[in-house]
Amino acid sequence: MEKLILPNIPDLHKLDVYEANGGYQMLRKALGMKPEEVTDEVKKSNLRGRGGACFPTGLKWTFMPKNSDKPKYLCINGDESEPGTFKDRQIFEDNPHLMIEGGLIAAYAMGVQTIYLYIRGEYNKWIKMVQRAVDDAYAKGYIGKNILGSNFSTNFYIHRGAGAYICGEESALMNSLEGERGYPRVKPPFPAQFGLWGCPTTINNVETIANVPLILRMGWEAYSKIGHPKHPGPILVGISGHVNAPGVYEVPTGVLITDLIYGNPSIGEKYGRGVPGNKKIKAIIPGGSSTMIMRGDAIEGVTMDADGLKAAGSSVGTAGLIVMDEDTDLIRVITRITKFYYHESCGQCTPCREGTGWMFKILKRFENREATMEDIDLLLDVANNIEGNTICALGDAAAWPVQSMIKRFRDEFEKRVMKSNGTAKRKSPDIVHALR
Amino acid sequence: MLSEQNLKKIEELKTHYPNPRPVVLAALWMWQDEHGWISEEGMKYVAGLVNMPPHEVYGIVTFYTMFNRKPVGRHKIEVCTNVSCMLRNSDKIVKHLENRLNVKMGETTPDNRFTLVEAECLGACGYAPMLQCGDEYYENLDEAKVDRILSELK
Repeated sequence: MEKLILPNIPDLHKLDVYEANGGYQMLRKALGMKPEEVTDEVKKSNLRGRGGACFPTGLKWTFMPKNSDKPKYLCINGDESEPGTFKDRQIFEDNPHLMIEGGLIAAYAMGVQTIYLYIRGEYNKWIKMVQRAVDDAYAKGYIGKNILGSNFSTNFYIHRGAGAYICGEESALMNSLEGERGYPRVKPPFPAQFGLWGCPTTINNVETIANVPLILRMGWEAYSKIGHPKHPGPILVGISGHVNAPGVYEVPTGVLITDLIYGNPSIGEKYGRGVPGNKKIKAIIPGGSSTMIMRGDAIEGVTMDADGLKAAGSSVGTAGLIVMDEDTDLIRVITRITKFYYHESCGQCTPCREGTGWMFKILKRFENREATMEDIDLLLDVANNIEGNTICALGDAAAWPVQSMIKRFRDEFEKRVMKSNGTAKRKSPDIVHALR
Repeated sequence: MLSEQNLKKIEELKTHYPNPRPVVLAALWMWQDEHGWISEEGMKYVAGLVNMPPHEVYGIVTFYTMFNRKPVGRHKIEVCTNVSCMLRNSDKIVKHLENRLNVKMGETTPDNRFTLVEAECLGACGYAPMLQCGDEYYENLDEAKVDRILSELK
């Protein structure tokens, strides 16, 4: 497939090269349309958010009030921190102007006067790259007052985070941007009604926004025919773990997961180029660490899109595909993932703050072969009591991997219970002291 | 105290927001860049710049993991050990670094040259194992590459 988000054009990150390849023409086109026509185009394209929730982007934009005496804001979410996810960084590096142009078109459609691009603090190298692109776009009159001679004016500011996974949650992102601790907010009210400083706000993922100029360029009809009809468009898949060629691949939605791992010679794509040593696959995590783990023998025929993965008992998430070969210690994997959620829990909600720590503590017992059979159900009980009982989805994100691991790999836990008859002394350190 | 240049930058950043408070992260970054870590003195100073009570700045500094609340070595080496890096043997990289530097995770070398810490996912899963030092990402690591990196970081 022709690459649309990350085309193979040298120096595309430079403004003159981007312009020479049709760059900012879609902004020009949008400014000649009515704002609601732009939104309608995006709505009809069926573009769905690429940040994990797959929410229809055009529909989200319509939630913004048309007439408001308050300023309106667009936040572009570049806090990408979910283990297995490393795609937005590729847009920052290779095609930042596509995202900037998309942000400007989105701002025009929603009547937004200020765009904030929130990027995780660790990506300072990429923040500098994007800032250069933003400065160049300002200098050329694509951002600022009376853009391209129109009545439309908007600013584009980059806001650097400082290390907190939770700030990728949209309401936590807004609190962080306001100079608060990154605590998620209770919803409703939703951001379109009460967002940044109580004003109407829309939050979209970096990759979602980068798709917007493509829709205007191709027209909604052609765009909606790329990939899976219910979840169309190009999607950036990050493949990591046990493959020969890990990396970010742009594919149409609906590609077979086995093709992503092994390649598909009939279309000339090699993608991950198979598993090192031709080993079998024990398990995959299809869409970033929070999505449900799948057995390697259950991935045949499953496609990378919202419907395909839902039917297979997982979700597309951020399309961060983690591959694990037959020799992988899955107890170590789930313990490490759980440690991450324990570390990143913001601490507002008791089930998540305490529950993630309890899960980690129990999993440590399995890792050290100090667990009992009852610990499997205890672990599941804790996960079940986190899920759905917290302000934001981090609690669910911590529970799902554990629940799915027990459901699909119970034998791995059973193999790791204490070998002795319960008389062995536990060595696992108390969780509170084990971390920080 | 921040440099004149940074103070000017802070005034410019304040124009990006309806009130000065959102500039707190940027101001703390500048303090850390100039001083290496964020002392209570630094928090009080930043609080004055962005019109926040000092205890709220303390709340910010303790929330975000990238702010150093005690001095660190000249080079802070952060090794990702999360799942994708773990699958590609990040523990070997950790062990090698601990042996080479003769410190454990979280410690600083006696000559103050290196601080070694464990990091959560840094968004380089396809180029694992990896470490970050300053703004730079060092990816697709093996032991020889780690040795080269260490010798370059004076």
